[in-house]
Amino acid sequence: MIIVNCQLISKNFGRVVALKNISLDIEKGEIFGLIGPDGAGKTTLFRILTSLILADSGHATVDGLDVVKDFRELRKRIGYMPGRFSLYQDLSVEENLNFYATVFNTTVEENYHLISDIYRQIEPFKQRRAGKLSGGMKQKLALSCALIHKPTVLFLDEPTTGVDPVSRKEFWEMLKKLKKEGITIVVSTPYMDEARLCDHIALIQHGQILSIASPEKITASFPEKLYQAYSENNYLLLLELRKNPGVKSAFMSGEFLHIVFKDGNVDGNIPNLTEIEPTIEDCFIYLMNRIADGAEILPGSAYN
Amino acid sequence: MLRYLIEKEFKQTFRNAFIPKLILVFPFLVLLVFPWAADQEIKNLNVIVIDRDHSTLSKRLSEKIRASTYFNLIASAETNDAGIAIIEDGKSDMLLDIQPGFEKNLMNRGEASVMISANAVDIMKGGLSSGYMNAIVRDFAAEIRAEQIPEAGKANIPHIQIIPQARFNSFLDYKTFMIPALIVILMTLLCGFLPALNIVSEKETGTIEQINVTPVSKFFFILGKLIPYWTIGLFVFTVTLCLAGLIYGLVPKSNLPTIYLSVLIYISTVSGLGLVISNYSSTLQQAMFVIFFFLIIFILISGLFTPIASMPQWAQTFTCFNPLRYFIEIMRMTFLKGSGFADIWRQLSALAVYSIMLNGLALVSYRKR
Repeated sequence: MIIVNCQLISKNFGRVVALKNISLDIEKGEIFGLIGPDGAGKTTLFRILTSLILADSGHATVDGLDVVKDFRELRKRIGYMPGRFSLYQDLSVEENLNFYATVFNTTVEENYHLISDIYRQIEPFKQRRAGKLSGGMKQKLALSCALIHKPTVLFLDEPTTGVDPVSRKEFWEMLKKLKKEGITIVVSTPYMDEARLCDHIALIQHGQILSIASPEKITASFPEKLYQAYSENNYLLLLELRKNPGVKSAFMSGEFLHIVFKDGNVDGNIPNLTEIEPTIEDCFIYLMNRIADGAEILPGSAYN
Repeated sequence: MLRYLIEKEFKQTFRNAFIPKLILVFPFLVLLVFPWAADQEIKNLNVIVIDRDHSTLSKRLSEKIRASTYFNLIASAETNDAGIAIIEDGKSDMLLDIQPGFEKNLMNRGEASVMISANAVDIMKGGLSSGYMNAIVRDFAAEIRAEQIPEAGKANIPHIQIIPQARFNSFLDYKTFMIPALIVILMTLLCGFLPALNIVSEKETGTIEQINVTPVSKFFFILGKLIPYWTIGLFVFTVTLCLAGLIYGLVPKSNLPTIYLSVLIYISTVSGLGLVISNYSSTLQQAMFVIFFFLIIFILISGLFTPIASMPQWAQTFTCFNPLRYFIEIMRMTFLKGSGFADIWRQLSALAVYSIMLNGLALVSYRKR
């Protein structure tokens, strides 16, 4: 069952194009990732889907409700955790949670089972003001507050940005548990490695969707052979590769260089060259380059 | 729902390190400090007398000045230039130059002149001080004249004595005049600008974003912001009223329902203005600047310090757009004159009209976003 549906959503801020003809469907009960760099339009899409701003054109439904017409009913059913910590810093942990429970016309006790795993970790500090919590604890509190009314769809805008690797892992564990409760989770992130933790992902860049599919499908249907190489001086090697007419693209990925050759043929004497499986990041860069070369974006398939 | 919003607002307000103290200190400052600081009566003026006559009469004039509470006779100089030099140093506010032959001329010809030079860098002080000095010299002349006229003839000389009577403020007490108006400034800050800053700070910290995705409607959200400040405003007003009675014996002459109704109408007007400002500001800095802009202009053309009647016609027209003007008039009329509804309905309806306009504008501009 489709729970979130966007059809040709566009939004401009003055002359800046934030979103251009975004169409996507999100299945009920899945974790859907919106993957893209800063400024790709992820937050804008979230704000449209949570009824905070209006799209210039197109329309969207969440849980069967139109985000413009039925916004009042919609707000009762969704949970939203903005990228920036947006709870009251001068209220205590407990007061924030109680406040958000009461404005949603519920009580903490009623849905405590949903948040107990998360909230239990910050409960020892429940008298502390929210502003005085550490980054990881703030995030747990924000998640608890977004969940307290048992939303059907949970929107998380860059929940792991600026969070340490251990807390990030923990956070994704929490999301998996929430998924088991039947909550649909829409999460945005600039981290490509988090993409494989989602059921479906949309790669988004400059307000346009490059591809929507499961992460496995996206990496499996990478249309080229991908190689990695490394040398003592990777930068020098990169410059050499870029001059090589047989190389289609070359870029750094961690301590390796990822290379795609023209026509799939290895060209030149390159140190430590091995064929590898592409990651989401490789796919993203590949798609990005294709757009830059003037390729059309056709929504619907992983590669088009 | 509204109850929780208001409860939250009060919790935050009283948890703030600064605002509760400000709310307490404000009425005390307004009553105990500002009326004295804003007093335009000038006392303790430093004056130099240049006595070039050295006669009995010139000494008597110096003594008269020394005896006055308005002046401190700080030095005497021999020449006008020496006196001016002292004024230039800023040690003296004015000088009185008694010409040689003062006594002789006065006795023989019945007239003599003295020169008053006042430092008019502060135009108010310069004007007032030479006025005071003028009055003292005139008084001195009258004394001399009375002494010169033989006792028997006195009754036959016709003269008019003017006895001024100041109505509504018999002693022309500046504090009585200022306190009702200062209360207006207090209410403007508490009920107009504080909630505006509060709303903008929610925008700036992003907490409004989280509230906006809850079922809390904008109307309730704003009402939840305003009601606490209205409550605080009314509380502070009541405290100020009691303090003014206790400290200065300044008890409003009109009945309390009239005064409180006016206060309520004014509160709705300024909070409307605050809301408009908060709708158009996205940062605290911007909101603060707009508030300063309005506050300064409103105070300058409100009749708080300078009477509206003495402004040029265009400025008088301008004051009609200033809600502060109406409320200051209402407060002074109700406190001092004991005016009832019949007397203040014009100002009240002006405030009501502005209230409807500003709140309407606030509603429209909020919807747009």
